[in-house]
Amino acid sequence: MGSYVLRRVLQMIPVFFGTTLLIFLMVYTLPGDPVAALFGEKAADPAVVASIKHKYFLDQPVWKQYLHYMGNLFQGDFGTSFTGRPVSDIMAGAFPVTIRLALLAFVFEMVLGLALGLVSGLRRGSVADTLVLILTLVVISIPVFVLAYIAQTVFATNLGWVTPTVQDSYDLSQLVLPAVVLGSLSLAYVARLTRTSIGENLRADYMRTAVAKGLPRRTIVLRHLLRNSLIPVITFLGTDLGALMGGAIVTEGIFNVQGIGNVLYRAINTKEGPTVVGIVTVLVIVYLVASLLVDLLYAVLDPRIRYA
Amino acid sequence: MPDLHDEDSTKPNPKPGVARLDYAGEQGMAVEQDTLVERDVEKREEARSLWGDAWRDLRRRPIFLISAVLILLLVVMAVFPYAFTDADPRRADLVNDYLRRPNWGDVFGAGWFGYDAQGRSIFARVVYGARASITVGVFVTAAVTVLGGLTGMVAGYFGGAVDAVISRIIDIFFGIPLLLGALVLLNAFATRTVWSVVIALGVLGWTQIARVMRGAVLTVKQSDYVMAGRALGAGTGRLMFRHILPNAIAPVIVVATIALGGYIATEATLSFLGIGLQDPTISWGIDISSAQKVIRTAPYVLFFPAAALSVTVLAFIMLGDAVRDALDPKLR
Repeated sequence: MGSYVLRRVLQMIPVFFGTTLLIFLMVYTLPGDPVAALFGEKAADPAVVASIKHKYFLDQPVWKQYLHYMGNLFQGDFGTSFTGRPVSDIMAGAFPVTIRLALLAFVFEMVLGLALGLVSGLRRGSVADTLVLILTLVVISIPVFVLAYIAQTVFATNLGWVTPTVQDSYDLSQLVLPAVVLGSLSLAYVARLTRTSIGENLRADYMRTAVAKGLPRRTIVLRHLLRNSLIPVITFLGTDLGALMGGAIVTEGIFNVQGIGNVLYRAINTKEGPTVVGIVTVLVIVYLVASLLVDLLYAVLDPRIRYA
Repeated sequence: MPDLHDEDSTKPNPKPGVARLDYAGEQGMAVEQDTLVERDVEKREEARSLWGDAWRDLRRRPIFLISAVLILLLVVMAVFPYAFTDADPRRADLVNDYLRRPNWGDVFGAGWFGYDAQGRSIFARVVYGARASITVGVFVTAAVTVLGGLTGMVAGYFGGAVDAVISRIIDIFFGIPLLLGALVLLNAFATRTVWSVVIALGVLGWTQIARVMRGAVLTVKQSDYVMAGRALGAGTGRLMFRHILPNAIAPVIVVATIALGGYIATEATLSFLGIGLQDPTISWGIDISSAQKVIRTAPYVLFFPAAALSVTVLAFIMLGDAVRDALDPKLR
């Protein structure tokens, strides 16, 4: 177990550096001058431009910039945005909002997705099963931004249950509707994955044994069937937490949630290199840790899996 | 002996032994094969290939037929939009047509779906918008299938250090969410066309196919017929493309078909955010984005491009689902 974790962590190191380097190259070597963008329409004084470039290490070759950035990162310094605000400050304001939004969406898709998948997997071919299949197919094919408008129109404009956009991003109850929209696509995937997995495991030998032993149906379904069917679902959910935070760009924009998605979208548009790299770096760390946890969870769910 | 004489040798052949005999045939068994052809013709009915089986299964599925017809219609619409409408999608008449309501009697006419806030025919824009979506979907899928298929094949076939390096590269690209990466990449293009979107999504999207292909190759590589091919002196290229590829491609096709719908949705999302396609190009994403401003007073401006987009994505996902069910022997 210990050596497996160690090996996994060692494998994560090149991936971490590779992904951050990739995003670094995408932000800093592609065309488009961020310093010129700072001045807008006005012609910039070359001396001022040079001093700004020097301050942000933009006059160095890109590999030196990367090393410098990484050196600072390991001291907890995410650098300074072009507006002079430390990137860690910007993230400290926005990440709590997005984490709440993503966690709400995560709980929603996990609970409802598993329940729908369980019901439709146990009763294949029934009305409920067909309904779940059709509903999930519809949700998968409607793009998130269209879904967001539908939700806005129905729940805010027509029913008046909520305000169309979020007034206070720190108020959890206002985040419910954006979270439902954000999680709906993954909900459909979770439901379908669970359904397929349940359907495959229903025919397994251990199920017949459990029924023959005379175990109550509840125990069979929850303790035997569901637990064994969870592995592919957990794999999906693990990589999804990071995807939810990235996908928040669209949802946060439409519902005016002051989270990381909004900040990132603005930063990409204004070529705010340090902010973009900082936020994506954190998202990459979240993704890597989540996939490690998923691998470790496999052994909990299925004791046959051993980490040598 | 199953189906020894497949005339169409490019057709993937999943039966172990066939590839080997086919190969041996080139060494001097051609004459024997000819005499055997007649005898085996009646047997053909029972000994169908995986693909023949899948095709038989597919033809009976209503979902496959519906999605195939929809996709065919969309492709025709993308190639010959003027066959569906006389209206010019770029003609804007603000005086007469500003947000004019849909005229349901005017079937296939310019006013059928109404007019948008710039006085342009929504029906014409929905028809002409198919081209951008289909082009992006088809070309991104082709790019990621070739790129991901080749890397996955190389990683799976050679294994060892090659696999370790390629797998880490896949992990690196996999760590960047598609939408975020595409936003950053596309921001570098001063003017963005369909092709810049294809490049951005292709560069970032190949990892999924690569993983699927690698997994499939790892399994197929162990087969007896691959070993036999190697024993008979088949080279690396021949083993990869004649023996392994036809038997490993099924899951790749399924993933690619479903992903095609996803790329169309991603393009629309990028265009919606203002970092995808730009104005001379007609795109459902751009139209949905500009319809936001009038959503309260004229919801139909948003409804029709959104419906077209959803139906397109749905068609490809249904097709992928149907193909997967037909190819997956576990579900038979």
